[in-house]
Amino acid sequence: MTTRRQRALPQPTPETQPYWDGCKQHELRLQYCNDCKAFFFYPRAFCPTCLSDNIEWRTVSGKGTLHTYVISQRPAPGFEDEAPYVIAVVRLNEGPHLMSNIVNVEPKPENLKPDMPLEVIFAEMNETITLPRFQPAKGA
Amino acid sequence: MAPDLRKQVAIIGAAETDTVGVIPDVSEIQLHANAARNAIRDAGIDKNLIDGIASAGQSPVAVADYLGIVPQYLDGTSVGGCSFMIHVSHAVAALTAGYCNYVLITHGESGRSRVGKGGFGGGASSIPGQFEAPYGTFGAPSQFPVPIVRHMQKYGTTEEQLAAVAVSTRAWAAKNTRAMMRDPITIDDVLNSRLISWPLHLLECCLVTDGGGALILTTAEKARDFKKPPVYVLGTGESCEDVMVSTMHDFTESRSFKTSGDRAFRLAGIERKDVNHLQLYDAFVHTPMYALEALGFVKPGESGPFFAEMRGAPGGELPVNTNGGGLSYTHTGMYGMFALQESVRQLRGEAEAQLPNVKISLAHGPGGMFSAAGTVIMTNQG
Repeated sequence: MTTRRQRALPQPTPETQPYWDGCKQHELRLQYCNDCKAFFFYPRAFCPTCLSDNIEWRTVSGKGTLHTYVISQRPAPGFEDEAPYVIAVVRLNEGPHLMSNIVNVEPKPENLKPDMPLEVIFAEMNETITLPRFQPAKGA
Repeated sequence: MAPDLRKQVAIIGAAETDTVGVIPDVSEIQLHANAARNAIRDAGIDKNLIDGIASAGQSPVAVADYLGIVPQYLDGTSVGGCSFMIHVSHAVAALTAGYCNYVLITHGESGRSRVGKGGFGGGASSIPGQFEAPYGTFGAPSQFPVPIVRHMQKYGTTEEQLAAVAVSTRAWAAKNTRAMMRDPITIDDVLNSRLISWPLHLLECCLVTDGGGALILTTAEKARDFKKPPVYVLGTGESCEDVMVSTMHDFTESRSFKTSGDRAFRLAGIERKDVNHLQLYDAFVHTPMYALEALGFVKPGESGPFFAEMRGAPGGELPVNTNGGGLSYTHTGMYGMFALQESVRQLRGEAEAQLPNVKISLAHGPGGMFSAAGTVIMTNQG
């Protein structure tokens, strides 16, 4: 007798809610520090570099490059139909890097060259949570 | 004779969050950060001077990462409400010992509103719960190897070089009757073993075992009264970097390893070449590679050739993981204790794969996925 475990989904906090609200609207949003003149990730209520409150949310391009990754053979709960799958770090063109999945490409090392261009797509998981995932950039 | 610690350490900043009471719009980690920023402003100190961090409830790794602090002293003592008194007590020792210069002790707890509650590993509202787990991370094999491809890209590190770490370590395990895996293996055996999380195969991942270890320490003066030859602590280091492997600053190196190692060597007052024996925590084959580079035993990018040329294997110039490591000896989950035990055995002359003339041994390991680091340099020379 087995119980199929649920896929892990984020539970937003007050500081991260705008990020997840953006994803729900199919927009990737990052925080920008007007004092450091730089984006940062993950979301926080003030800049982790200079502690300034002078920050704002900006919608970014959703473009980036494949920085590093693994091809995970053993599925996490809820990923049984996707294994093997790519757990990657995407370096966004605006600077920060974040974890995501690379989809719409066969998960083999020869298809996943470091620094290859990527673009965001959005996967609606339920009524409130939409995840940013990435695929090889079109026309790259 | 203990040093006189009276009035050697002072509190220079103290503050609470802007409000206390009911705060439903701030997560627990942000409460730590808000209190910390207020204390920083109260002291009028440059945040970047802070190089020690202590917290309970939320881990000091999470707090340091959240605030962009690079510590060389960590205290995560979490034993309940008095944890912060204990943090002060430990900070007095750390500051007078020169472990660090400024210690930040934080508390934040969403005890009523329960927004983003902490706890080891965190839940769905923790930073890793929001920004890693949704992408299918599932235990260490899916997360710890994430940086490797970047090391391969920058330095030309190969899958064969990674596999050589497992081969080298197994050769030591073959000499240790207590090791779980003792049959010699080849590079091909490693690369033909089951793929776990590309680029790593089964034989490149640590064992999962049961076991335990313990240490007893006292002053050098008292140590002379006991039956075993003393193993003296020469220097120690510690640090942390990221709360998630995906937010490491540079995937080709471990900043926490380097900060920890640098402190240990500074306090020990020795050179890298003085070290005869290394115990480098090997959760996966790349972990000792990153350690060898960050601790300064080889240049960045040279750990692959080091292991491929069997320079850490039996007969090599700098023996690494002579117990057979987490890869082949044992790995209970928090293996660091076993790395220390083998350093002690080598320095006492009690190891199964005993080396000749070991005078200085170094044990080093990560916590989490390159999240934290600890280093201990030991000697048998009184």
